[in-house]
Amino acid sequence: MSASASRTPPEGLGLGKDLTGLQHLTGAQIKGILDTAEPFKEISERRIKKVPVLRGKTIVNLFLEPSTRTRISFEFAEKRLSADTVNIAASGSSVQKGESLVDTARNLEAMRIDMVVIRHGSSGAARFLADRIPSNVINAGDGQHEHPTQALLDLLTIRDRFGSLAGRRVCIIGDVRHSRVARSDIWGLLRCGAEVAVCGPRTLIPLGIEELGVAVLSRVEEAIEWAEALYVLRLQLERMDGGFVPSLREYNRFFGISRARLERAPRDIAVLHPGPMNRGVEIDSDVADGPWSLILPQVTNGVAVRMAVLYLLAGGQPELAESAKEAEG
Amino acid sequence: MSRPALLVGGRLLDPSQGLDAPGTILIRDGRIEACGPDIAGPEEAEVVDVGGLVVAPGFIDVHVHFREPGDEHKETIQSGAKCAVAGGFTTVWTMPNTDPPIDDPAAVGFVRASGERARGARVFPVGAASRGLRGEQMTEVGELVAAGAVAVSDDGNPIWNAGLLRRLLEYTQTFGVPVLQHAEDRDLACGGVMNEGKVATALGLRGVPNAAEAGMVARDCLIAELTGGHLHVCHVSTRESVEHIRRAKERAAHVTAEVTPHHLALTEDAVRFYRTEAKMNPPLRTEDDRAAVIEALADGTIDIIATDHAPHHYEEKEREFDDAPFGVVGLETALGIAVLELVETGMLTLGELVERLSCGPARIMGLEGGTLRPGSPGDIVVFDPAERWVVDPSTFLSGSHNTPFLGLELVGRVRATWVGGELRFRLPRESSPARRQSPSYAEKGGL
Repeated sequence: MSASASRTPPEGLGLGKDLTGLQHLTGAQIKGILDTAEPFKEISERRIKKVPVLRGKTIVNLFLEPSTRTRISFEFAEKRLSADTVNIAASGSSVQKGESLVDTARNLEAMRIDMVVIRHGSSGAARFLADRIPSNVINAGDGQHEHPTQALLDLLTIRDRFGSLAGRRVCIIGDVRHSRVARSDIWGLLRCGAEVAVCGPRTLIPLGIEELGVAVLSRVEEAIEWAEALYVLRLQLERMDGGFVPSLREYNRFFGISRARLERAPRDIAVLHPGPMNRGVEIDSDVADGPWSLILPQVTNGVAVRMAVLYLLAGGQPELAESAKEAEG
Repeated sequence: MSRPALLVGGRLLDPSQGLDAPGTILIRDGRIEACGPDIAGPEEAEVVDVGGLVVAPGFIDVHVHFREPGDEHKETIQSGAKCAVAGGFTTVWTMPNTDPPIDDPAAVGFVRASGERARGARVFPVGAASRGLRGEQMTEVGELVAAGAVAVSDDGNPIWNAGLLRRLLEYTQTFGVPVLQHAEDRDLACGGVMNEGKVATALGLRGVPNAAEAGMVARDCLIAELTGGHLHVCHVSTRESVEHIRRAKERAAHVTAEVTPHHLALTEDAVRFYRTEAKMNPPLRTEDDRAAVIEALADGTIDIIATDHAPHHYEEKEREFDDAPFGVVGLETALGIAVLELVETGMLTLGELVERLSCGPARIMGLEGGTLRPGSPGDIVVFDPAERWVVDPSTFLSGSHNTPFLGLELVGRVRATWVGGELRFRLPRESSPARRQSPSYAEKGGL
């Protein structure tokens, strides 16, 4: 794995101050992040899961929208790199009292922090923050825009499974319209040379998606026929109220990923899901827990990828990641 | 009355009488007394040398938001009327979606009186079409008109109930006022914040399809045809709307339409990077739609330019895109944008542009003004059609600075504006426009 790290340019990846999305990154930059994540995987397998890479750095996890997995994953990544972290949630904070995002950010900045990891319900919120404070900003999901670290861990998981991303055929299934994960995965997969399709009820496929460079499939059978990997999106239950889908039962029948469907696939197929799952809706339990599933490896990779992103934005060099983690603690 | 004024050495540009020639204008007792090549004023007249600049009938904007009462931190009738004359507008129609809305005669009287006091552009209130702008019960249209309202509209809210729109288009005929409609199917718009399509999909923002506007325009045109009432379609933004309006006009329905400078100049690409200065309703559309509205303005399908001047405070725009309010200011940049996008590109002649900004609104709305003919109100704009200037919102007289044109170089600049024969605006000859002072040409004798 460290051999792949040598592919990154020695002068660094040029990611800039922030990671707000994958749309404006190059394939080389994305590969560089994934390569940097490789050596960090091992840290989480140690008995003492801590290296001093970010010692003395202060990181604020500003989660203004509910999140369990992403917040915990970031927190583990930060702690395993020895950063000092503070968590802020919307409830119980000044945000709930009506403080604007820009004021919250400036107040944090005044406490001399180094990085902000932000989760926010509005598209563009991470960029908004990044443009207004000198700290590094990492987007942990903004509205329906992007969720770049989720996509990076997905890419890493697919690369682990298939050995490469170039030429892989990945179909994203479900509520693409409302999904920031879908957007980041589309950009990331395309930049890395994969072929991407989306599939779901037309009410959940946004207009103009083809212009991003993806194919649209309207039946899940076609998707299974075509793809090597299925990326199954969570169906937000409130979509029923919006009238996008008539019932969960119908969704499961026509778009759910079941064992029976996968057994008819012409090849060995991998299934990913960003979590949390609605078992029996978009994915059946015997798929989620079956041989197709890469869902738990995704979660494991999430910590490594986030460590890599934190390390790189803090100024770390990709080719030094291996040695950085060995430094004296 | 003030002294008569003699504007000499100008290029008189008045499409209402096919005039484009050097000449002189005499203003006396608030009205244009004479207009032509060889005019001598009375001895007591103040002589203003216009120095070869264009002298045209003052611009008329039938669609502005002055936010008073209720949101005076964005704009007052005073600041709005002042920024209007800075943009060459001598008459503006204020939309009724204030807080409280202008839905009774007392409120109409308040706007008119405040407009008189402002001593900027003439301020004419548009009354609410329905009580509380709720789209349910018709307002007292006759009382509103008697108090000084010039039209009715629920602008901001579309009149969704087709039966109500029908009754409005019938009832208003007694009083000779148009119904101004913000066409938007809210079910199709579905809470969207920008144009639906590739850009919105990439940004993860909810989109408003063209059909949300065009579907309602089509319906409204049919109701106009049914009733014979005057339907004015506000801020047309889509190719499909243009097609419906064109068809309605061919069928002799009494339908008129306006387009804003920002829809003539910008596309959805301006929203990239979540620029809230480019968030407005209807949203900026595609290049194909932009080309269609320009073409429609040139061929007369869209009759006029109106700014939809919509001031918002800095703090309200300085936030997440979803939460920022819709709207941009437009009065002070309208001429410069229009010359840049329409005249410099050869889509309109300068005379045709003046027609769309001045004579056209007067003609379709049946207003005095929009002409330099003797006997007309002394509403005059003097502008330099070639001056290049860079948009600096800190120089705006408007109470708000929310322009998408920050830093853009425009062509064509207003130098002076007379309303009712009184000089109400003059751009200082040199130095930054921030130092615009109360107008007085008498001591200098020229512009």
